[in-house]
Amino acid sequence: MIQLDKVSRSFIVGDQEVAALRGIDLNIAAGDYVSIMGPSGSGKSTLLNLIGLLDRPSSGTYKLDGGNVTDLNDEQQARVRSEKIGFVFQAFHLVPRLTAAMNIELPLILAGISPTERKARVVKLLENYGLTDRADHRPDQLSGGQRQRVAIARATSMHPAVLLADEPTGNLDQTTGKEVMNLLEQLVVQHVALIVVTHDPVIGGRAQRQLHMVDGQIISETGQVVGRAMPAETERRAEPDLR
Amino acid sequence: MNLVDTLQFALGSLRGSRTRTLLMILAMSIGVASVVVLTGLGEGARRYVVDQFSSLGTNLVIVLPGRTETAGIGPGMLLGQIPRELSLDDAQDLLRSRYIRRIAPLTVGSSQISQGALNREVVVLGSTGDLLTIRHMELGQGQFLPAGDVHSSESVCVLGAKIRRELFGQEQAIGAWVRLGDRRFRVIGVMASQGESMGFNTDEIVIVPVASAHMLFNTSGLFRILVEAKSREAIEPAKRDAEEILLRRHNGERDVTVITQDAVLATFDRVLRALTLAVGGIAAISLAVAGILIMNVMLIAVSQRIREIGLLKALGAPAAQIRNLFFAEAILLSGIGSVVGLILGEAGVLLIGKIYPSLPVSAPWWAVLAAIGTSLGTGILFSVWPARRAAQLDPVMALARS
Repeated sequence: MIQLDKVSRSFIVGDQEVAALRGIDLNIAAGDYVSIMGPSGSGKSTLLNLIGLLDRPSSGTYKLDGGNVTDLNDEQQARVRSEKIGFVFQAFHLVPRLTAAMNIELPLILAGISPTERKARVVKLLENYGLTDRADHRPDQLSGGQRQRVAIARATSMHPAVLLADEPTGNLDQTTGKEVMNLLEQLVVQHVALIVVTHDPVIGGRAQRQLHMVDGQIISETGQVVGRAMPAETERRAEPDLR
Repeated sequence: MNLVDTLQFALGSLRGSRTRTLLMILAMSIGVASVVVLTGLGEGARRYVVDQFSSLGTNLVIVLPGRTETAGIGPGMLLGQIPRELSLDDAQDLLRSRYIRRIAPLTVGSSQISQGALNREVVVLGSTGDLLTIRHMELGQGQFLPAGDVHSSESVCVLGAKIRRELFGQEQAIGAWVRLGDRRFRVIGVMASQGESMGFNTDEIVIVPVASAHMLFNTSGLFRILVEAKSREAIEPAKRDAEEILLRRHNGERDVTVITQDAVLATFDRVLRALTLAVGGIAAISLAVAGILIMNVMLIAVSQRIREIGLLKALGAPAAQIRNLFFAEAILLSGIGSVVGLILGEAGVLLIGKIYPSLPVSAPWWAVLAAIGTSLGTGILFSVWPARRAAQLDPVMALARS
């Protein structure tokens, strides 16, 4: 479903060109559960942004569902994002003035879905994620785990084919982190392609496919919980912005 | 995302930052209110003048002796002489025009009036019975000057309300005799108290037949001839006829000036309308200032909501939609501001109307439309840049901002 062919991405920092991704070849099928691990600055977030169409590759092609999405204009890409891609962020990114229900409804509003269907879907999502009694709470009245559940409900409201999660447990304690991962993994059963960026080997180790990145390249892929030992102590912070 | 959702979302984000929204609406509404109040005042002044003029009479044409046009000042006029006086027969002859309904010759002088031991100086107006109708004056009691021969110098007079009060107090004035200069006049009527109109106080005058006034002041000339045309359309032909008749009577010499009330009125109208426009324009500057304020606040809003914008983009909102959201906010702000300003302005106009009941204040419809248009226009215009900025934000950067 996701086909990356020699995808590179470089940024201009000062008068220097810095390569964040170098010739990435990657295929991900529907229902695949992929984790991307690697040290800070290895390009995992850049790769995730590219797959999420938030960023464009400097070279190479990206096919989503067989169609080349590299050549689409901004508006067409926005449409693809709306219909096929869901995001879950480390910082949750809920709109603070909107209630949980309204945050979940947001992608449906943006996609122009009718109010009656919107309401029905939101009610169902609130139920699925155990948030029915939290529907009218604003994000600052919710716990971290509840916030991330709202974010997952929001990401799945448009029934995306791909769900991208950037450090989804980064701001959560271990127990709630595990709960959140369980919720995300349920989507894999429903044939959603789940891609999780993390530097936590425990979280990353849960995926069927584990990609390790160093210096903008995928250096190894394993199906087992092997991988290289991660220098965890340097990895507590979110990956700094490369630009 | 349809229009209703867009507006609802924009309304939500306006509600999210209450202080900011209230301040913006306040700025916008003050601008709109000041346009409404100031143009209302200007328009009120204009209507006041127009009303005052109309109270002088309708379809009025006024004949003055001498020419007062720029090129027409002869050496005689500089010496205070008038080439030829307007005579009573001149006035009478004007009635030959089929456009003229009635005329009232007018002579003005001042004289001592006395009754018993009381006396004072008064303005004496010499005219005929038609003056009452032409000048829209009101009689308080008794009767006005008798109609009939303009040359008959009957010794009767009509007193202004204040003169009557001063000379007679509580006593009956009708039928009594007063002395004007060296002649005695019988009081046949008293004017109703009208107060001042266009600098002419009818309460402090005495009206006598024009021939009597001529004898009193030993003149034969007229100060003015008031002419009432038969209809509005007849004003111009009546003016032409009057000029022609007097030209013939004065042996082909153009030595009178004929003005129409409409012409004077039109000049006032133009001047005051220009004034209203100017004042409204100044008030509109405050609207432009409010517009710049909107831009500033919108720019701040864009940087404050940078993560929200990034999120909307990640959720699949195209650039145009983000732009529309910010546009909708600006339009809502200036729209609500306009409505509030309109209510404030109309309330202000109402208040001024209560304080100065004689001033017919009301904002003209074009000013109200212009105020709302300007406020919406500036609101939209000044939100173009912030909206574009929001739409062009890079989502990756926007989301990474903490």
